[in-house]
Amino acid sequence: MENKTYTISVYTENNVGLLNRISAIFLKRHINIESFSTSESEIPNVFRFVIVVNMTTEKVIKIVKQIEKQIDVIKAFYHTDEETIFQENALYKVKSSALFEERQIQNIIKQSHANIVTVSPEFFVIEKTGFRNETEQLRKELAPFGLLQFVRSGRISVTKAKMGISEILNTFKNTNT
Amino acid sequence: METTTDKKVKNANPKTLHISGAEAVIRCLLAEDANLVYGYPGGAIMPIYDELYKFQDQLHHVLTRHEQGATHAAQGFARTSGKVGVALATSGPGATNLVTGIADAQIDSTPMVCITGQVASHLLGSDAFQETDIIGISTPVTKWNYQITKASEIPEIMAKAFYIARSGRPGPVLIDITKDAQFEQFDFSYEKCTGIRSYQPYPTLSPESLEEALVLIGQAKKPLVVWGQGVILGRAEEEFKAFVEKSGIPAVWTILGLSALPTEHPSNRGMVGMHGNYAPNLLTNECDLLIAVGMRFDDRVTGDLSTYAKQAKVIHLELDPAEVNKNVMADVVLLSDCKVSLQALTDRIQSKTYPKWIQRFDELDAIERKKVIHSDLNPTKPGLTMGEAVGMINKYSKGDAVIVTDVGQHQMVACRYAKFNQSKSNVTSGGLGTMGFALPAAIGAKMGALDREVVAIIGDGGYQMTIQELGTIFQQQIAVKIVVLNNDFLGMVRQWQQLFFDKRYASTEMVNPDFVMIAQGYQIQAKRVSERKDLDQAVQEMMASDKPYFLEICVEKEGNVFPMIPTGASVSDIRLE
Repeated sequence: MENKTYTISVYTENNVGLLNRISAIFLKRHINIESFSTSESEIPNVFRFVIVVNMTTEKVIKIVKQIEKQIDVIKAFYHTDEETIFQENALYKVKSSALFEERQIQNIIKQSHANIVTVSPEFFVIEKTGFRNETEQLRKELAPFGLLQFVRSGRISVTKAKMGISEILNTFKNTNT
Repeated sequence: METTTDKKVKNANPKTLHISGAEAVIRCLLAEDANLVYGYPGGAIMPIYDELYKFQDQLHHVLTRHEQGATHAAQGFARTSGKVGVALATSGPGATNLVTGIADAQIDSTPMVCITGQVASHLLGSDAFQETDIIGISTPVTKWNYQITKASEIPEIMAKAFYIARSGRPGPVLIDITKDAQFEQFDFSYEKCTGIRSYQPYPTLSPESLEEALVLIGQAKKPLVVWGQGVILGRAEEEFKAFVEKSGIPAVWTILGLSALPTEHPSNRGMVGMHGNYAPNLLTNECDLLIAVGMRFDDRVTGDLSTYAKQAKVIHLELDPAEVNKNVMADVVLLSDCKVSLQALTDRIQSKTYPKWIQRFDELDAIERKKVIHSDLNPTKPGLTMGEAVGMINKYSKGDAVIVTDVGQHQMVACRYAKFNQSKSNVTSGGLGTMGFALPAAIGAKMGALDREVVAIIGDGGYQMTIQELGTIFQQQIAVKIVVLNNDFLGMVRQWQQLFFDKRYASTEMVNPDFVMIAQGYQIQAKRVSERKDLDQAVQEMMASDKPYFLEICVEKEGNVFPMIPTGASVSDIRLE
C-alpha cells in the first residue's frame, strides 16, 4: 500500500503531559511527523491537536487507535486532504530597503495576496495563509531579495464531515447523572 | 501539635477532614481497599512514610530491597489476588528503578498504582537533588500518569488512578507527588471514581457481530480456540469453560492465558507459540476457524504473520479496540468484555463434537510425547532435566500451587509441564520478558493468596538479578518456595547461540556463587540436589515446609527447550529437535 497524506485530529482534555504522550506514540513506531499544531477547540476546555503524517491507510488506522486509547483523549480521527479544509500560515521578514528599491517585490506581494503585517525603517513582515505550495511559492519569490527570517505554522484543518464531540461528551454526562 | 479536635474545629464542612496531603494519600489507599503496599523510602516521599508509620495497624508496608522488587511484588500480588498492586518509591533513582516493573505491567496488562515522591514544586526543573522527570520517563509505559503539585488534587487523582488501573484492559498508573503537596494541609473528602468522560473501558457488544460469529462457528469443521490472559483479567473462567464444553472446540493457550482452564480439562490442548506444543502450533495452520479470546497475537505466538492461519476465518473476542486488526485481521470482531461475549455465544451455539479434528491433536500429541516430552519428564541419561524437576513439583503440588516463573528456558519448561487446577496460578513475565521478575513477584503472589502454596521456579541468571529480595522474604517471613534450576548458563541465550550462532557462547556461561550459603545467610532453609535419586525427597521436603525454603536443583548444562519455532519462521515450521 502506498503512503498518503493524512490529517489526524485529536480531541483531548487539557492535561499537562498529553503532548508528550501523543508524540510518544509516533516515536515508538519511528514515524516522522510532518506537522503538528494544537489549540483550544470549539468546546470549552477541550483541546484539538492537528497532526499531519505521511503513511499507509493501514498504519494510520492503527495509530489513531493507539491515540484514542490514551485516557485523556476524547476522540481521534484521520482524514485525507479531500476530506478536510486546511491551511498553513507563513511569516516572511524582509529588509525594508528591498521594498522601496525593488519595484518587483511590490508586485509579488500584490499578486500573492499576502498581507503586510508591519513596516519599520529596517524591515517589514508579510503574512500569507494558504496551501503549502502557495506559501512555498512566495518564499521562493522573495528569496532573491534577501529573506531575513521565514517561518511556517503547522497545518490547521477542519473537516467537511461532522465530528460529534459534544454528543460524545453529552452521552457521558447523561449516563453518569 | 494538632489534635483531632483541632481538625474538627478548623473544618467548615463536617464531612471533610483537615489533614496533610501525605495522610490523604494513605486514606485514599485505604478507601480503595489497598491495605498492602510495597516500597522503599527516601527523601521526597518521607511525609507519606511518616503517615505509613501512624497507620501501620491498618496498612501493611513491605520494605523490598530495591524499588524494582516493589513493582514486581505488586504485580505478583495483583496477579493472584485480582486486586490493584501498589508500589511506593522516592524521587530520582527510586522512581527510575520502578520503570522495568511498570513496563512489564503495561505489556502484561497488570493493574498497578505506583506512587512516587517528587522534589518540591518550586524546585521542579531546577535539577534539584534526586529530581528526575518520571512523568516524561514513564509516559510510554503507563496506562496513565499524573503529577500532583497541590494537596487538594490528591483525592480525585488517586480515585482516578485506581479506577483507570483496574478497569477495562488493566494497566499501570503512576502518580508523582511533590513533597510540598505531601506536607500541605487541606480539607479532605473522598469519592470513588466511577467514570471518566474521555475513557470508555467497556465497549458494548455489537449484536450484528455476534450473529456473524455464530454463523462462522456453525459452519466450521475444524475450529480452534486460542485464549489469553483476557479470560483471567475479565474474570470469565466459568464462561470460558462453559463455552468450550458446549462448543466442543479444542482450546489452546498463550503463556499468560495459562491456568484459566485446568490443565487436565479435556478441551485444553496445550500452549501455542515459540516453545508451545506441537499440535496447537501446527493445527493453527490447519484450522478453518480461529477464535481468539482475550489475546493479542504477539509475535512469539504467531511467528511469521504472513503465513499465520491464512486458511482460517478469524473471530476476535477483545476488549481493547487497539488490539483488533493490529497483527491479524479478524473476519468478525466481538469488541467487548469477554465475560459478556462468551456468555452470549454459549447461549446461542449448538452443542457439538469434532471427533476427526480432535484426533489430529491426539496424533500430533503422540509425536511430541515420543520425541520431546518423554525424555524431558522421564530421562534416563545422566544429568537432571528441567522437565523432571517441574514434574516432581507437580507430584507434590498436585496442581494446586501458584507457579511463579522468571524468564528463559526454565520458564518455558515450567509453563509446558506445570499442572494447574485453578485460575490465577501462573505468574510470569510474558510480554516484556523481565529477568529478575520471579523472586519479588513470588513475594506478592504469596501475599495475594496466603492460603495457597507458591513456588517460584527461577534460572540461575534471573535469580541473581533480584537476589537481594531474599532479604524481604527473610524479614517478612514469607513462606515461598524458591527453586533455582541451575545450569550455570544463561540457558535460553546459550540455546540460541548453539542453534543460530555456531555455538559461540558469548558471555552466557556463569560462574555462580554457593546459592545455598546465600540463602542460609538470610536464615532461609536451603538445600542443593544434583542427583536423580535425591530429587523426589528434596522436593517433598521443600513442599512440606511451612516456611520460606530454597532448593537449588543442578540440571544438565546444555539442555535445550523443544519444540521451537525459530524467530521469524512460520508456526508450521515448528521443530521437535
